[in-house]
Formats: sequence, structure tokens, C-alpha cells
Amino acid sequence: MARLTTENVGVAKEIISRYPRPKSALIPLLHLSQEQDGYVTEEGMQHIAELVGVTPAEVLGTCSFYEMFKLEPVGRYVVNICNNVSCMLCGSDELIHHAEQRLGIKVGNTTPDGTFTLESVECIAACTEAPALQVNYRFFNKVSTDGFDGLIDDLAAGRLDDDVPAHGTLARVRQHIPDDRRAGSIPPEGQTEPAWMHLNEPPASADGGEPS
Amino acid sequence: MTITDAPKILTARLDRYADAHTIARYEETGGYQALRKALTTLSPGDVADEVKAASLLGRGGAGFPAGVKWGFCPPGVWPRYLVVNGDESEPGTYKDRLLMERDPHQLIEGVLLASYAIGAAQAFLYIRGEMPLAHERVAQALNDAYAKGYIGRNIMGTPFSVDVVLSWGAGAYIVGEETALIESLEGNRGMPRLKPPFFPAAKGLYLQPTVVNNVETLSNVPWIVSNGAAKFTELGADTSKGTRMFAVSGHVKNPGVFEVEYGVTTFRDVIMAPVYAAGVRGDRKLKAFIPGGASSPWLYEEHLDLPLEKVIVDKAGSMLGSGAIVVMDETTDMVKACLSVVSFFAHESCGKCTPCREGTTWLRQILERILAGYGRPSDIDLLMDVSDNISPGLVWPPKQTTICPLGPSATAPTASAIRRFRHEFEAHIDRGMRARGEQPPPAQAVAEPAFAGRDHGGLE
Ligand SMILES: Cc1cc2nc3c(=O)[nH]c(=O)nc-3n(C[C@H](O)[C@H](O)[C@H](O)COP(=O)(O)O)c2cc1C
Ligand code: SF4
Repeated sequence: MARLTTENVGVAKEIISRYPRPKSALIPLLHLSQEQDGYVTEEGMQHIAELVGVTPAEVLGTCSFYEMFKLEPVGRYVVNICNNVSCMLCGSDELIHHAEQRLGIKVGNTTPDGTFTLESVECIAACTEAPALQVNYRFFNKVSTDGFDGLIDDLAAGRLDDDVPAHGTLARVRQHIPDDRRAGSIPPEGQTEPAWMHLNEPPASADGGEPS
Repeated sequence: MTITDAPKILTARLDRYADAHTIARYEETGGYQALRKALTTLSPGDVADEVKAASLLGRGGAGFPAGVKWGFCPPGVWPRYLVVNGDESEPGTYKDRLLMERDPHQLIEGVLLASYAIGAAQAFLYIRGEMPLAHERVAQALNDAYAKGYIGRNIMGTPFSVDVVLSWGAGAYIVGEETALIESLEGNRGMPRLKPPFFPAAKGLYLQPTVVNNVETLSNVPWIVSNGAAKFTELGADTSKGTRMFAVSGHVKNPGVFEVEYGVTTFRDVIMAPVYAAGVRGDRKLKAFIPGGASSPWLYEEHLDLPLEKVIVDKAGSMLGSGAIVVMDETTDMVKACLSVVSFFAHESCGKCTPCREGTTWLRQILERILAGYGRPSDIDLLMDVSDNISPGLVWPPKQTTICPLGPSATAPTASAIRRFRHEFEAHIDRGMRARGEQPPPAQAVAEPAFAGRDHGGLE
């Protein structure tokens, strides 16, 4: 299971239809592939290339730039501890050290049972809640070492399954534009001024070209 | 202290209601009325004029007036696109995520008003990948707003039609830079484009005129259209009008995100006042603070009474940047703090320009060896020299040998820390040398810059 499923191909086509150029859908589609398989597979990238009309190398080129795309399997839970300045000032070094001890792995590795991957990451925009971490990109704020142990216990026991889906799943709500409401994606070529550009202008200037 | 009772423009709703993100609450509290007012009584040009008159400064970092930026799209070139920058990742910065998670409709209404004002054919709302809750809330808000006829074809029964497309990133700070964001939206590696010629207003998304605005910037627009520019400019001072969100983090008692009157409130207010960050943790002394995100040069105790006013802080040699204040108390190891910020830039350099790619990596390696006790006495000047190669002269505003400002940003912490806390670097180096049985050189007064007057090959 590495090409997109029939259902996901449907989702992919809807995403592609929202952009003026299919290639613009690449990042969302790579996320879709990672949601399906937990990481981005070669077959997944090949399938995306077919859907978008670029080469598989171009898909890999984009994919490999972005930190969130994993080209190899990772744990069910990816634990990202922020190491940036606000968190560092509030003790993230100790937290990371503690996490390594508790999970028995160094940063960048996955526990042998495939449950946890530990990463030390750049700012996650939770600076006022330092030290902060994310599990599969769900936020946990002001995490003490004891708090970390409790979190790991809860995750391992499945007590947080509702809040923290398996790695790969990001938003659980997708945008959907109903056909009868769609204004349409507008390609860059062959366009003129939008018809509504002079709405509510006084009649005298209604024919007056560019608004300043 | 100058704690004003200015109304909250951005956070009033989310402060008051836990369900501020729902369309029901938004409509009940006056939501989408600014859009209705615009579509029934104002022309696109009127909306643009109103925002221009409000002198709303961009909240993404550079502080450029939004209304002026909207006017830069070349006449007669169609289509135009609007791109919303929700990539918030500058260390210390936390406010756009709050606005997207807690009041997404306010942002969407701002996006629609901006699209109307500039004549955008389509709008793209780009959210940082690591923010799935923001993504869920914005997706739900978009779906609900479409269902109510606020977005899409013939909005509110008028000819105004525009799709707002939710897009998202996948982990790369540099994508917050507007031209890199556009590359990413085109499905490419997020590497910045050279300006000129690729100013987004002229050649942006798909090489068409494109306006890129920050989430907080656009979240102000519904209030401005509803209440008028005059009400907005009553708040604030000098060039900085309205209110602004500041995240105060680090060594403070009550870290938080505070919306304060722009231009009037001072650093001392937001760091020390009980209603804001409530002072330095443990009542220790303040050693330094980062005033505007990791890219900004550090400020010190003597700057506490400066107002949060763009031009005044610029003149003091730093910037308000992305509204991120990081406080360091007297126990902070400044070499370590410097390494933390430099490592960030080294990791996030996209690799396109040699001074940034190599320079940030060297800065990190030298700082690491100093902290590990293997520093050499010459390392301090070497750090300044490498920094000077990235940003000639280490002046403010910074000069640039690179395609985007990321490279020069990495020199801000190094130059700040060495200029003020050179003795801490020396102490680390001395400690290491003594541990290895070597004799550190006698302390000497070093006049900076050691590289003054050097030829930079015409780059200055
Ligand atoms: C390295 C770098 C990173 C940036 N990151 C962000 C960001 O995360 N969010 C943001 O809104 N602007 C960011 N900016 C600023 C954008 O390039 C752009 O100026 C801004 O989005 C314009 O919006 P505004 O005028 O409304 O502020 C960054 C700039 C640079 C050079
Ligand atoms: S300055 Fe750095 S981040 Fe910016 S384009 Fe050059 S290499 Fe990339």
C-alpha cells in the first residue's frame, strides 16, 4: 500500500482542482501520502508525479526540502522537543536529556518497538509556553520532566488516541469547496480585470479604468 | 508606566469567548458585517484607501504599510493573487497561530476584504505545516463561510467572486520569506527569489502581481473597514498606529501574548507590568532582551523605556520585527544563548547563497567549540570576521551579500553578544585553555571592528 488508495486519489484530485497549476498541489499531496502510509514512499511519490504531471525526481526534489516529510518509517508518535531560544532559556536542554534517558534513544532515533521517534526541533511557535513539545504536531505546553513521563505513559497506553492520531495525519478537517459556490481557480494567463472591480463606484467614474 | 485602555482590535473576541472560532459566535459578534458594508457601499478602491489611511504596518517582520503595498500592483496586469503568510516560525514569535486557531473568521474576512481591494482573482492561505489545529480551524471556518455564501461565487449576492484556498507547508522556516513562500506554493523547494526582479507585487505567484500579507496584518482589516481609519489612527503614536500583539517569553514570571497599544506602550510595560509579563523570573536582574524575534539585535536595560514604536526601535539599532520579545536574566550564559540563535539560522539556511550557507555553519561550529572548551583566543575576532562577510560592516539596518535577509539575521546575535559580553566568550576560552594546561593570553582591550575598512569587493 504505497500508491494512493482510490479514496485518496479522489481527495488528491479535489486538491489539485483548487490550484491554477497542478504542481502547486505537491506539498498537500505529499502530506496525503504520508498520512496514508506514515511516511512518504517511492511509489507514493511516483503516483503523485503521475497525478500532477511532473517527473518523480521533481517530486523528490520538493519533498526532500521539507523537514516534515519522512522518507523512511518513523515511530507511531514523533516527539518533537523545541530547542530554540525561549525554550532553551526555560530548560529544554534538561528536557531533551531526560527524554533520551526515558525513551532509551538518542535524538533522531526511533524506539525498537516502533512507538516513539525523538527529535529536537526549531521554534514551534509556543514560546510563551516554554518548554514546549509536539507529539505528531499536537502541542504540549510547559512540560516538566515528570510531565514528560506521564505523557509517554499516556501515549503508550493509548489514552491520548483521540487527541493524537498516528504520525502522518495532520488536520482532520479538510477544506471542501461545494461546486455551486466555487468561483474557480484562475490561471495566470488570458485574464482581464475582474468584473466587480468597479462595484459601488459613483457612476461618473464607473468607466474610469484603474482604481488607484 | 503607560498601560493604556485602548480597545483590543484582534483579541477581544478570543479573550472573551471559548468558541470564538465558530461561525455562529463570529456572526453574533458582528462578524462579516465589514464585508457586507464593503460590498454594499464601498468600491474596491475605497477599501484600499481606507486601509492606506489607517497606515496599517505589516506585522510579519518588515513593517511595511499594507495599504501602500496594495498599491504597488502594476495597473492593467491581470490576474492578481493574494497570498496570506501563516508560516509563523521566527524564534520567539507566537501570535499568528493564536489568531488562526482562535479567531479564523476574522482572518478570513480580512482576506476577503483585501482580495476585494486589490482585485485578487484568487487567494491562498498558507499555514505552517506544524500547526494542524490552526489548519483544522481554518478549514472548518472556510467550509462554513462557503456554505453561508461569504466566499466563492457571487459573495453575498454581489458580483464579487473569489475562492480562498487553504494551503500548507511542511517544515522550513525560510518559507516564511515571501518569495520562498511563493516558490513553495508553486510546488517547489522553498528557496527565495532575487529581488529585483521578483518583487511579489510585480512578479509573484506564477509571475503575476501578488500581494503577500501576514495573518495579523489582515486580521486588522475588518475592524478598520467597520470602524474607519480615523478610529484606528487614534490609537498608537508616530508611525505605529492601532494595536499590536507581542509575545513575551523567556525569563519572565508570566509569559504570554499581549495585545497592546502600538507605539505608546514601552518594553518596560510589557516585560514588567503585573498585567503583562509581570517582571523577571525570581526578581533577578535583566541581562538582555531580544526585541523582535531571533533576527533582531539584542537590547538591554537602558532600552526598557523605549516605546514599542517602529521607527524609534529601528533608530535604537534593532527592530520590532515579528513582535517577539525574549527576556534573558542575569544567570544566562550569553555564549550559549548566542549559539542557540545561530544554530537556528544555520539549520534553516536554504543553502542558495555561499555567505549564508557557509557563514552560519562556521559561526555555529566556532561557538560550539568555544562552549566545549576548545576555543582559541582568535576565535572571537573570527566570529566577527565571518559575520562581517555575511553582512558587511555589521551595521543597522544590515547590509546584505545574500539573496534574502536570513543570512544577515544570523549575525545579529553574534555581533550583539560579542559587543556587549566579550568577556564571557573570553572566560569560556580561558577555562578551556587552562583545563588543557595552556596559558591564556593576558586580557587586552580590543577595539572593534578588527576588520574595519576591509575591501568587500564592491558589495558595500
Ligand atoms: C527569513 C525570513 C522569514 C520570514 N518569516 C515570516 C513569517 O514566518 N511570517 C510572516 O508573516 N512573515 C515572514 N517574513 C516576512 C515576509 O517576507 C513578508 O515580508 C511578510 O509576510 C509580509 O507581510 P506583511 O507586510 O503583512 O508583514 C519573513 C522574512 C524573512 C526574510
Ligand atoms: S540568505 Fe540564506 S536563506 Fe536566504 S536565500 Fe541565501 S542561503 Fe537561502
